[in-house]
Amino acid sequence: MATKPATLKPAPGADTTLAEGASNDPRADASIALPEKVEMKKTREGFGRALVDLGEQDPRIVVMVGDLSESTMVHFFAERFPERFIQVGIAEQNMMCIAGGLAAMGKIPFLATYGAFASCRSADQMRVTVAYSNLNVKIGGAHGGISVGPDGATHQAMEEISIVRSIPNMSMVVPCDYWETYKATIAAARHEGPVYIRFGREDVPVVTGKDTPFTFGKGEIFAEGRDLSIIACGVMVYEALRAREALAARGITARVVDLHTPKPLDRALITACARETGAIVTAEEHQVNGGLGGAVAEVVVQTAPVPMELVAVHDRFGQSGKPAELMDAFGLRAKDIIAAAERVLERKRARV
Amino acid sequence: MSLNALSANDISAGHAPGRLAWPAEKLEATALHIRRDIVTLLAKSQTGHSGGPLSSADFGTALFFHELNIDPGHPQWPERDFWHFSIGHVTPVIYSLMAERGYFPLRDLMKFRAFDGHAQGHPSKHDTPGIEVSAGSLGQGLSVCCGVAMAARMDRHPRRVYCVMGDGEQQEGQIWEASMFAAHYKLDNLCGIIDYNRKQIDGDVQDIMGIKPLADKWRSFNWNVIECDGHAIPDILKALAAAREHRGAPSVILAHTVMGQGVSFMADDYRWHGKPPKMDQAETALKELGTSYAEWSARLLAG
Repeated sequence: MATKPATLKPAPGADTTLAEGASNDPRADASIALPEKVEMKKTREGFGRALVDLGEQDPRIVVMVGDLSESTMVHFFAERFPERFIQVGIAEQNMMCIAGGLAAMGKIPFLATYGAFASCRSADQMRVTVAYSNLNVKIGGAHGGISVGPDGATHQAMEEISIVRSIPNMSMVVPCDYWETYKATIAAARHEGPVYIRFGREDVPVVTGKDTPFTFGKGEIFAEGRDLSIIACGVMVYEALRAREALAARGITARVVDLHTPKPLDRALITACARETGAIVTAEEHQVNGGLGGAVAEVVVQTAPVPMELVAVHDRFGQSGKPAELMDAFGLRAKDIIAAAERVLERKRARV
Repeated sequence: MSLNALSANDISAGHAPGRLAWPAEKLEATALHIRRDIVTLLAKSQTGHSGGPLSSADFGTALFFHELNIDPGHPQWPERDFWHFSIGHVTPVIYSLMAERGYFPLRDLMKFRAFDGHAQGHPSKHDTPGIEVSAGSLGQGLSVCCGVAMAARMDRHPRRVYCVMGDGEQQEGQIWEASMFAAHYKLDNLCGIIDYNRKQIDGDVQDIMGIKPLADKWRSFNWNVIECDGHAIPDILKALAAAREHRGAPSVILAHTVMGQGVSFMADDYRWHGKPPKMDQAETALKELGTSYAEWSARLLAG
């Protein structure tokens, strides 16, 4: 189990140009609204930048896109390595299987499209061609979560964790910010076998730095605590850290775990959280059915049953709106994690 | 050479690495072996598809024993051509071709679809040596082959890529996505072969969901379209040569075939798409093919 002290400041070398004037420490802000002063950066840019660096290091890297070069930020790679960039057009199922063919010939193909199309539309191609053959295909699913905003429900992918983790041989990573997406993309290339990387559309708080530890398949304890564990992925890691601060003011200490890899799941860390804190709240910008919370619960019920609460989208489609108002309306805020923490602690106390 | 006269020397030569370029008469004799293998393994397993494997047997034989540059003893040989059956359900012909070509022992055919064998109902990369990409969900294989052809182009590799499709499979939308892609990138190292037997599980293709005019569809997608009699080996060889020599666009061979070809009571009958012959039916079929279940199963078990 990797641990690290809670330091939310970007590490040396982190790009802070987007956060001019920011405090760089969301804890300085006592409110639990979306912060305005923390450094904000797109996770998808971490994906796009990592691909360029991977391309420099490894000639086997090939990048494919379905008519969404700038949205998925693979245009950086396309400009640098045009001979290893394949525009597939609007044909995601085709793209998934072409990636399979490239991988069968020893390439390391990264395909990029919106998560809705990468996971749902191409699910059969991912299952039969890619996963059943265990081909070394890397799937970049952009625009995950309700925070996609105005495009509405069709484009707010919230089923990827459920779909991908149910398919044998698949691995999946849901990074929390720019730097973690960068590292997850590098790690995906180094992992032998198919990997789905889920990232978002919007600028999101940068809570890790260039040197924050990242191990594929291992969660990170971002902040220690005794009373409960908040296990989160994606942008909800930031909300969990905000919730922890507010809970601390009430004398409740919460461990915050960044469980960025829903598969393979860090079962040891989840079990340790259950045993050491006796209560768990999970938080994800994803459907509750079969998501990260479900994955954690599957471990907890088998190893160390403790009260759990699941902060997630509860079996409903999204809608148009501003990202911030949607995160509020769909219960994906620090305040929702705090409320879940209170419920879970009540049940924990009732057990004693 | 009579149809039964494939010698022991011929059979062992069939395992040789490289492009065999066998002549038509030898291919015809080999195709007869393949049909006997198909009926025998189906009779043993009592599960699997009869119709498509029999319609694919002649061009499949031409592909494996004439055209493809492969080394069955080393399936990952870097110089190899790439072959892929997008119609994963025709495993009886795929496995028969692979075994006769030397990818694995003939006796493995007698464990088709069995729990203790490697020969899965649909081709599985991690079960059967020489299967490069698993298949079984129709419509995906041409896309896979586009990826392989694209990789060869990036690497400036002379590899040729062959994708066998079904005619019913042409109803899958993804086929046309892949068709558009291959023509857009002028993948002339790619050759599609369509087993145009005009039948699918529920009946005649034209009744279920018409695909005509199929040649015109492919032409309009900017492919080099070649039509041939899918049971006339010399015609098939001409088609393969024409595809190999064509530059600037991918080629597709419409192999006009008969579902169940070679077994009189199966021929041109859609009801044989997805079922095996019962043992007495298999004996009748094998008799038509000049052997018996006892004789041919003994040959397979000894191989």
